[in-house]
This record gives sequence, C-alpha cells and structure tokens, in this order.
Amino acid sequence: MSVTIQLPTALRAYAGQETRVTVEAATVGEALRELTGRHPELRRHLYDEAGSLRRFVNVFHNDEDIRHLQREETPLGPGDTLTLVPNIAGGAPDTPESPPAARPARPAPDWATGADGLPPITPPELLRYGRHLILPEVGLQGQRKLKAASVLLVGAGGLGSPLALYLTAAGIGRIGLVDFDVVDESNLQRQVLHGTSSVGRSKLESAQARLHDLNPHVHVEPYEEALTSANALDILRGYDVVVDGTDNFPTRYLVNDACTLLGKPNVYGSIFRFEGQASVFDARVGPCYRCLYPDPPPPGLVPSCAEGGVLGVLPGVIGVIQGIETIKLILGLGDSLVGRLLLFDALSMRFRELKLRKDPACPLCGEHRTITALIDYQQFCGLPTAAEAQVQSGAVEIGPTELRALQDRGEAFDLIDVREPHEYEIARIEGARLIPLGTLPARLAELDSSRLIVLQCHHGQRSMRALELLRQSGFRKLKNLRGGIDAWSREVDRTVPRY
Amino acid sequence: MTLRLGTAVAQQIFETLRAAYPEEGCGVMLGRDLGPVREIVSIAALDNDSPENRDRRYIISPGQFLAAEREARSRDLDVVGIFHSHPDHPPEPSAFDLEHAWPYYSYLIVSVGPDGAREVRAWRLLEDRTRFEPEPLDLAPAEIS
Repeated sequence: MSVTIQLPTALRAYAGQETRVTVEAATVGEALRELTGRHPELRRHLYDEAGSLRRFVNVFHNDEDIRHLQREETPLGPGDTLTLVPNIAGGAPDTPESPPAARPARPAPDWATGADGLPPITPPELLRYGRHLILPEVGLQGQRKLKAASVLLVGAGGLGSPLALYLTAAGIGRIGLVDFDVVDESNLQRQVLHGTSSVGRSKLESAQARLHDLNPHVHVEPYEEALTSANALDILRGYDVVVDGTDNFPTRYLVNDACTLLGKPNVYGSIFRFEGQASVFDARVGPCYRCLYPDPPPPGLVPSCAEGGVLGVLPGVIGVIQGIETIKLILGLGDSLVGRLLLFDALSMRFRELKLRKDPACPLCGEHRTITALIDYQQFCGLPTAAEAQVQSGAVEIGPTELRALQDRGEAFDLIDVREPHEYEIARIEGARLIPLGTLPARLAELDSSRLIVLQCHHGQRSMRALELLRQSGFRKLKNLRGGIDAWSREVDRTVPRY
Repeated sequence: MTLRLGTAVAQQIFETLRAAYPEEGCGVMLGRDLGPVREIVSIAALDNDSPENRDRRYIISPGQFLAAEREARSRDLDVVGIFHSHPDHPPEPSAFDLEHAWPYYSYLIVSVGPDGAREVRAWRLLEDRTRFEPEPLDLAPAEIS
C-alpha cells in the first residue's frame, strides 16, 4: 500500500531534494528499504555498518514513535505517513580539557587573548560591534582601542545624554560621569538619558541604570559631586579624553584649565536656544578655551538654558558631534576640530566654521604663563561665592510662604513679574504685573519707589538681576521671590502650572 | 559554505547558552542556503532532554525537533543547524558529537564559562562521517540596517 515518507531537511540532499517520498510497503522496515533502495546515498546515514537503524534516527508512524509500536515490523495502512526525525545529541568531551591529539593546537589570536597589550574582544562583543568591525577604519584593533580608552563626561544633562548613550553604545571601556543633580521633569525635554520613572532620582543613578542596560561591557564610574578646583585634577587625571557638557562658565573654565594643566584633550560643546558650538581644545597641539574667550562674559549677560530656553533636539546635534570627535581622537581618525570652532544654527540649518588660533598671550597656554594652578572660578567669572551669595540674597529674598503671608495681611506691595509674555501666558501669580526684564529700564517710571516692590520670574535669577537694576536706579524697598513662580507653585498654590 | 549569523540571532544563542550554564544548552537554527552562504534567520532554543550528565551531554527529543521543523516550514525556512554549548570546554566537537552527528546540519558549538560565551566555532560533518570539518563563520552583519 502507498505510504508517504517525510524526510528532514538534512536528508533531502540524498533523496533528490525531495522532502516527501511515496513508497509501496506493508511495514515500516519495508518502506525504509524501499526508500534506501531508491536513494542508496541515504543508507549510510540511516543504517550502521551492521545494517541496524542508527540510534539517532527516529521514525514516527503518523504521530507515534515506532519504538512504542512494533518497531520496523509496525504494519502500515494506506495513506499513512512515516516521518524521519533526527535525534540530536552531543556534548563536551568526558575528560576535562582534552583537545583532540590529532589536531594541532591553534594559537588563539591576539584579539582574543589580549597578548599584544590591548584588551581582548569576546564573542558577544564581536557581535555587538559588528558594524564597527567591518569598517576598515575601525576594525578589531580600533574596537580594542575604544575598549582600552577612558572618557570623562562632565555633566549628565542635555549634552551629556547623547554623549553618554552613544559612547557607551560604541564600547568605550570606561566612562566617568560627573553630576550631582537630580532628574527633574523639566529635564526630560532634552535629557534623553533619563526617563519619567527617574524623576526625583539622582541623575547618576538614573544614568548608570540606563547605560548598563545599553551596554553591560562598559564600565561606568560615577562622581556624584560638583567639579571644583579642589577635586578636578584628581578626577580628570584618570581619563584619556574629557568631554565638557556643562552649562555654566565657571565649570567650563575649570575644565579647560584642568585639561590644559594635565595635557588632555577637551571636547567642547555648548548650546543656547537654537544655536550650538563645538570644538576640540588641546593646548598641546592647538588653542585652549581661553585663547578663544580670555575673559568670561559679565554675569547675567549670557542667560543659561534654564533662563533663555533651548530647543530640546539641539543638544542631540551638538552632543553627537562631541561624541564623534571623541571617537576620532581615540582612534586617531580624520581631522579633528582642533583649531576650528563649529557653529550650528538650527533655524537656518547651517553649519559655519571659524578658525581658531593659539593666543601667544594666553595666560594658560601662551608664551608667558601666569596660570599654573587651578583658581577660584566663581570669582573669576564675577559670581559671588556660595557664602557671599547666601548673605547677599538672604537680605533681599522673600520666600513663597512669606509672600503669601504679606498678601493675607493685606500689606501694600507691588508684585512685578519680569518674565516674557509667553511665559506669563502659561502661568502667573494672581496680582502680578508683567514687565519683562528687557523692557524694565524703559519702564521705571511705572514703578512706585515708595512701595515695597517684590520681583518675580521663573526660578529667581532674572528677578535678581531686575532687583540689581532697580537698586542701581535708586529703588530701595525691594525683595526677590526666592525660587520664582516655580517655588510659588510648589509651596503655595498648586493650581499654578509648573513649566 | 559560510555560516552567517545576524547579531541579534547570535546574541540570542549566547544568552540561551549562558542561561543554561553549567549545563549544556541547545537549540536549532532556522535559515536558508543562499549559494555559498547559509544564512541563519532565527533560532529555537530547546530543552536539553538528556536524563543525566547535562553538564556534558545534550539530547533534543524528536518531539521538540519535529515541532521546530514544522515551525521552520511554516515560515518557508529550514532547520539548517544545531547549536549547543560546551561548558568550560573548547568549542571542538567531541567523539560523542561525531557519533551522533547528522550530515548537512551546521553544528555551532559555543564554549561557555560562568560569565557567558567565550569562543564560538561552527562545524560540518564530512560526507564519509569520519570527522567534522570547520565551517567558516561570518558573525559580521549581513546588511547594514
């Protein structure tokens, strides 16, 4: 009677590429003999030298193993199906560590052992970095250089996010992260390293979790502290490349000076509103940041991102440029941004480039150096030291609950909101009058110097400048709302939206 | 013929075998032959059905294998190979491997330690069943995506 034999892929080549063979047979044994008679090549794989069905060949009659039936004597009915199924088995040698003697031991290559001094690459890493490995410019040696390299990221915020993500993904061996901030909801618009579930957690904790998930082969070293003149040299010393992702001038000068004193490249980037800049400062071969900007701008002239705003995608562009420069430095590839300042304008979507020259008069890296150690960068940037700031602001600041108490007591005062009109649209404190900071000098006449004036902005920085301006104009009864409308919303009136 | 493994597939294999450590892990590879290249599209991690010595033996029961073959056919693929681990041993086929070897299939053997995959090699049985021959292994991505 006619039965079908279904062959596993492995045996097809020996049966004329057929997967099903129809034979006439009354038992399983007969069917298999008919099969091997027609395709003699199959015999060697199905039967051993003694003519018995090999142990690792299973024969199923319809859905039943013939070993549970009458084995090769199992009778067949018309239309039955026999399926040959490989019984797959194997394993390691029984004796420990016994490579087959016949095969000469193959010396493992350097990339697998690290015998040449660079770290070895393991098979999972081979897979992970496959797209790098097939670039001749990177290859195995390049990937091992990345693994041997260490990079310090100063700041795990807007620029630090894409930097940390891409450098970790690329397989930098050791990445240091300096940040002492906590993830705030307002960070998430651009700081893609962190997520909603991390709000309120330390940025470093959040970053470590994300980066470990992204690439467990990378060693992340957290520094949960502010970078200061006291610790900068010690922290930076242990890294090959330093990447500046900071948002303030004192730290920027500090990173530049420490890198120059230590002879390390400083991959620089900065962002504001819709524009960004990037360069590589390496005083050994080119200019440093001080050659470009010998003096910091007066405090308050250049607003921070918190004050001036920033397009959330912008740090992605600039951070990634810094990331590429970092990788190029490590691999020694291409032309770096040393001696060039790259300017990016997102609105016109244009990159421009300025040539930077080393300043022979640079006090840090010029011919006559006067800076040979780290200095006080708060003071250098004209900012009050922390202690001074506290004394100054304590005298003129008013907290949100105190302000509410003034209102409740019906005391006479004017609340002036110095933010921009579009911010005023989003949220305002009841009774506040809008006079944007930029228009304040022209509108002094609208203010009554005999009354108490409470100044208010988003977080308290712009209103502090407004206060300074009014004081210089002769106003004396002035207070600044500490923490701005944001603190008001948190501490006094939750119906005022935060932004 | 060269055995080509995509990154994701190979990671899956390594992860399966790492999880099985210190026992041997195993499974089958589904793919297709494209001229000189045998491309692995996906894998099916299977149970090690060996009743004993699972630290140096693996058995894939016919039931599991049959299911994998059906799965392959439903996706217009073939079972083209078997992968298994050698915990703390080099990825060389053992005598037991040879004794039980099938022709045609690519045998991917991964040496695994407590920290995961250490070395990977691919093998094919010679037609005369006398020994295995190394099969070139292409772990680089098949295409840029």
